[in-house]
Amino acid sequence: MKKTQKLTEEEVVHMAKLAGLTLTPKEVKKFQKQLSEVLDYIEILKKVKTKGVESTSQVTGLESVFREDKVAGPSLSQKEVLSGSKSTHNGMFKTKAIFE
Amino acid sequence: MELHQLTIKEAQERLRTKKFSSLELVKSCLGRIKKLDSKINAFITVCEKEALEGAKKADKIISHQSPVISHQSLLGIPIAVKDIFCTKGIKTTAGSKVLEDYIPVYDSTVVKRLKDVGAIILGKTNMDAWAHGSSGENSDFGATRNPWDFEYVPGGSSSGSAAALAADMALLATGTDTGGSIRLPASFCSLVGLKPTYGRVSRYGIIAMASSLDSIGHFTKNITDSAIILNITAGQDSYDATTPRVPVPDYTKNLKKGIKGLKIGIPKEYFIKGLNKEMEKKVKETIKRLEKLGARLVNISLPHTEYALAVYYIIQPSEVSSNLARYDGIRFGFSRDRFADEARRRIMLGTYALSAGYYEAYYLKAMQVRSLIKKDFDEAFKKVDVLMAPVSPTLPFKLGEKVNDPLQMYLSDIFTVTANLAGIPGLSIPIGFIPSASSGQALPVGIQILGPQFSEEILFQVGYAYEQETKWYKQKLNL
Repeated sequence: MKKTQKLTEEEVVHMAKLAGLTLTPKEVKKFQKQLSEVLDYIEILKKVKTKGVESTSQVTGLESVFREDKVAGPSLSQKEVLSGSKSTHNGMFKTKAIFE
Repeated sequence: MELHQLTIKEAQERLRTKKFSSLELVKSCLGRIKKLDSKINAFITVCEKEALEGAKKADKIISHQSPVISHQSLLGIPIAVKDIFCTKGIKTTAGSKVLEDYIPVYDSTVVKRLKDVGAIILGKTNMDAWAHGSSGENSDFGATRNPWDFEYVPGGSSSGSAAALAADMALLATGTDTGGSIRLPASFCSLVGLKPTYGRVSRYGIIAMASSLDSIGHFTKNITDSAIILNITAGQDSYDATTPRVPVPDYTKNLKKGIKGLKIGIPKEYFIKGLNKEMEKKVKETIKRLEKLGARLVNISLPHTEYALAVYYIIQPSEVSSNLARYDGIRFGFSRDRFADEARRRIMLGTYALSAGYYEAYYLKAMQVRSLIKKDFDEAFKKVDVLMAPVSPTLPFKLGEKVNDPLQMYLSDIFTVTANLAGIPGLSIPIGFIPSASSGQALPVGIQILGPQFSEEILFQVGYAYEQETKWYKQKLNL
């Protein structure tokens, strides 16, 4: 396959940052190549004329699915909800500080 | 015949008439797991103690009830559940180290329904992490091996479910199919694999991959069992707004209707260069056989097929990047540092496709071509009742063969992603075996039957008619 530069290394680093992923410099190089190959493959869509074609997001045609505005049933207890967390405080999830 | 080799229907009848106990049946399956799973690696978690307790409880109920009627259709039947279905109190990892210690506090709707009719969970099956993969090799808990030949992959992403059932470790295995993850492993392991219509079965409590494509199905040994299970899992669920109020028929009722006069379409775009020649021959023989049973064959064109995989590799990673954003290690599981390569590739690809300046060129464009692919099927189903096509372009491949080339791995799904994009059901059924070119080992081949949305009943009729002729499911592994 021809060498592809569809995606730059800087873009790979940027995507990783946006998605909360950390990559080593070696991984950046590997993903740059692999993701560029996939993006090259996707280029094939440029051949399809789509002017005026509606997009499909809900494939069985459902629209505005509502339910009655009342509590559906019992929900989980606070204890259950917190049971999977490694870091809680006073019955709440403890997160990292957002502001310095 | 040993107990673990029985179909669900056979086991139901014999449990009810007390030919053997649920405890004997569960022990027989656990024995298979103990004997073989160190080699196959089909399970991430085995719930031996709970399963044995469940069996004893089931036997107690059976001892009190009439041999004629059972109120719980799967009472005492041992099943395997893909590790992407939340199971209350049982670890659920999605095949990823991010969720290595996650114990859900609720059951997914499908698991709840199966438990409500008396099924016994033997364990949770291995899978490509987050259901990303076509071979099972992307599991963070080690690859699963194909029971028909340990050198080969069982297909993915529902790799452990397919391998467990093929090796008779359970009588049913659940799966999910976002781009072929049930149909491909079913064909690689000589099983019946159903990908229902989008929304036919609730997605609630199943770890989301690509929400507009995810379909919830199952593996069984034969068609009758597949229909029995869909009767239990299908239908509206208030916890999943994409499950419509379309009536659920009794899928077992018209299985024997036959296929006289049924129109079967053969889509020419699925018989391309690159399709394994011997597989092509087998697929065509199968279709000819159905013609002899009274079906009419019609040549069909689905002109946008060649774009389907590209559309899929925009929509799917985009939705993956959004769904996997919630794993922050705060409420459960571990931090994002534990995502392995395939998840990271898809997250970054999706983030890129959805990012400012690229959205229209990638995501919107893909959603438009998706409409054209769906329209191809709508037009085809005006002319024919079902379509029949190969499941994948190749036979099962060897472990390690494609792991370093993601694009080659993605191409395994070229014939399966179309059904997910169009939201239509697909049924993969076994059509025999072909000796592999390298080892001469006989490897399974399947065919897929595709129909209009909510036409599962017809797919079962076609599958059943063929199965009566061949009974490939009677061909048992000598393990």
